[in-house]
Amino acid sequence: MTVRSIEDLLRETRLFADLAPRHLETIAGCAVTAGFEQGAHVFREGGAADTFYVIRSGTVALETHVPGRGPVRLVTLHEGDVLGWSWLFPPFRWHLDALALEPVRAVAFDGVCLRRKSEEDHDLGYELMRRFAEVIVSRLQATRLQLLDVYRHDG
Amino acid sequence: MAEPARASPFLPEPYRVVRRHRETADTWTLELEPATGGKAFSFAPGQFTMVYAFGAGEVPISLSGDPARPERLVHTVRIAGATTRAICTLDRGGALGIRGPYGTAWPVDRAAGGDLVLAAGGIGLAPLRPALYAALARREGLGRVVLLYGGRSPDQLLYGQELERWREAGVDVHVTVDRAGRGWRGPVGVVTTLIERAGFDPERTTALVCGPEVMMRFAAAGFVRAGVGAERVFLSMERNMKCALGQCGRCQLGPVFVCGDGPVFRYSEIEPLLAVPEL
Amino acid sequence: MKVLDPRGLEALLEALVERGYRLIGPTVADGAIVYEEIRSAADLPAGWTDEQEAGTYRLRRRDDDALFGYAVGPQSWKRVLHPPSVTLFRARRDGEGALELVDGAEEPEPLAFVGVRSCDLHAIARLDRVLLGGRYVDAAYEARRGRVFVVAVNCGVAASTCFCVSMETGPRATSGYDVALTELLEDGSRRYLAEAGTERGEELLAGLPGSEATAGEVEAGEQVVERTAASMGRQLDTEGLPELLAASRDHPRWDEVADRCLTCGNCTMVCPTCFCTTVEDVTDLTGSEAERRQVWDSCFTLDFSYLHGGGVRTSPRGRYRHWLTHKLGTWHDQFGSSGCVGCGRCIAWCPVGIDITEEAAALREAPQ
Repeated sequence: MTVRSIEDLLRETRLFADLAPRHLETIAGCAVTAGFEQGAHVFREGGAADTFYVIRSGTVALETHVPGRGPVRLVTLHEGDVLGWSWLFPPFRWHLDALALEPVRAVAFDGVCLRRKSEEDHDLGYELMRRFAEVIVSRLQATRLQLLDVYRHDG
Repeated sequence: MAEPARASPFLPEPYRVVRRHRETADTWTLELEPATGGKAFSFAPGQFTMVYAFGAGEVPISLSGDPARPERLVHTVRIAGATTRAICTLDRGGALGIRGPYGTAWPVDRAAGGDLVLAAGGIGLAPLRPALYAALARREGLGRVVLLYGGRSPDQLLYGQELERWREAGVDVHVTVDRAGRGWRGPVGVVTTLIERAGFDPERTTALVCGPEVMMRFAAAGFVRAGVGAERVFLSMERNMKCALGQCGRCQLGPVFVCGDGPVFRYSEIEPLLAVPEL
Repeated sequence: MKVLDPRGLEALLEALVERGYRLIGPTVADGAIVYEEIRSAADLPAGWTDEQEAGTYRLRRRDDDALFGYAVGPQSWKRVLHPPSVTLFRARRDGEGALELVDGAEEPEPLAFVGVRSCDLHAIARLDRVLLGGRYVDAAYEARRGRVFVVAVNCGVAASTCFCVSMETGPRATSGYDVALTELLEDGSRRYLAEAGTERGEELLAGLPGSEATAGEVEAGEQVVERTAASMGRQLDTEGLPELLAASRDHPRWDEVADRCLTCGNCTMVCPTCFCTTVEDVTDLTGSEAERRQVWDSCFTLDFSYLHGGGVRTSPRGRYRHWLTHKLGTWHDQFGSSGCVGCGRCIAWCPVGIDITEEAAALREAPQ
């Protein structure tokens, strides 16, 4: 895959759709395509969080292992969703498992590379942070609604 | 001399249970026919009846069957108290009192020429099902027909096999659960997350939302965020009801009576009322 | 207009009894003037008046024997028209589980309401709008309502809690009566101006002993009403009130009144337009017969807004706000008029003296 083709893929994502071309080029320089078989783990809890993904197709489940309950599936992520934000802040470790529930194609971003480039170019850093903040806010709101357990039956 | 006295609007008609089907641990679907023979009444999707269980009480239950097949009334009922327990534990042949139909309807006809998206949370799928039947009966007049359905867990989902039949009939069916059980291979997460991915044209979409009030507030806001005009998003509200006639006063939500001005409301009209605690 | 002397008034009541009406009118009982069955004019509260203030109601003797020299007591005509307990239907279940459902309504008897004040005439009209004028008709209320003969009284006394002038509901009776009386008191004598409001009222008056009212007597009657109108105890500014209330849901006054309100619901019981009800299901011991009854309820009860395991309105603040906003505000959206007729009962019978006119005025003030 050439870098140019990665740029095209990035432009198709909700995350980077309206990013300035020079930033897109920079980010594309830190990105490659990736694929995962059904049943493969994209990452595991505790592993080094140096990569994040944008899912192009397929479903990924975020899970954690609870003694006595086994793997508990918290949420599933789908086409267009960003997967992984532990690369942003120390200790740069994954805090959940990510499991491919079916064959997954994704764009994988080198977090170390992007952290370095963000330090060098704060405009780029701001654009990345702003977009990730939006993703995190959206996930938080959904998680809060999940926490409300609105379908729970009392008595 | 005096005219014959008007019939009491409080007096139910006796109906018999002709079929009952367990949907989940605490939810049953009952099919009812008039006890004295004849057809049940016709109704519009979104309307409800008041269901009387002998000696126990009377509760508002949305009609859940096909409006084009009014010979039988269909009700999906979840056990939430003494009356619903009495209703759900009736055997086939058991009798209930029914009066209705009451309330405003889902505007399925107004969706013609565009996409129709239904967002159902939990038992909220039951009052939406008649709208889906109505939409399938007018399929050519509609663009995409989408069902977004969220439940607490896989064992609490309703109408399992029917979901598949709807897919085959050309409905985009997306189902998610808040918490996955073992063996669940589908999406996990709240139903509002399905809105972004649902693939409808927001400018031509009519959205019908039904479920717990919190879920409806988030989902309606989600549709508006996705570009659907608030005047094209509809909710089905619920409040305490004893009469369904606008005379017991209990179902008031600010200036409106849920039993008569609703239960289906346009989101643009109801949104300011939803935002006020204890209204 | 006719003038009746005391004997003529007695004859009016006798004529109603002769026509088969059961008389319901004011009488003294348990330290208050209540509306109960009366037999004749002798049962009326001759020489009594009431002293009312926020949280206070007392009877006091007058120094004359006026029959209508007081305002309103704790009861209103809704107790008769929209009774505290009504059987809606009876259900019978046989051995095979078949259900028989029978209307519980009984043939209503003809009643004559004696001494209906203008505020209460308007209150009856409000109930008519709710129970007869909507999409569904309360058939039992309709039947009861259709058998009532109304003898109204123009008020000669305003209590300090009265504000019918503000609500444009009195003190002169203008509609909704068969006969309207005005008590003229002069030099220890009593006379009654009697005006018909319907054909059957006309017909009743025609058969009574009395004379045609002189211009002076008619003028005296006007002055009675004018004096009463000028002595209203309170006033309520209704200008823009529904919009104001809709915009005041977060007004700090609600917290202030919530500190005082006991949520006892007295106001809803004595209010002549409060119509909210609940239902009760009663089964006999054999379990084969059941009855469903409609009974008075109040928006102040915790159960009133019960939904899915809890109430929607549970705080006193929420419940008081609902009651007042409905009465003075959303009633307009629902029924095209105010729900309040200015009778002042809620002010007198509130154990802590919450005053609806004071609350309405306070809500007009900009929050700090």
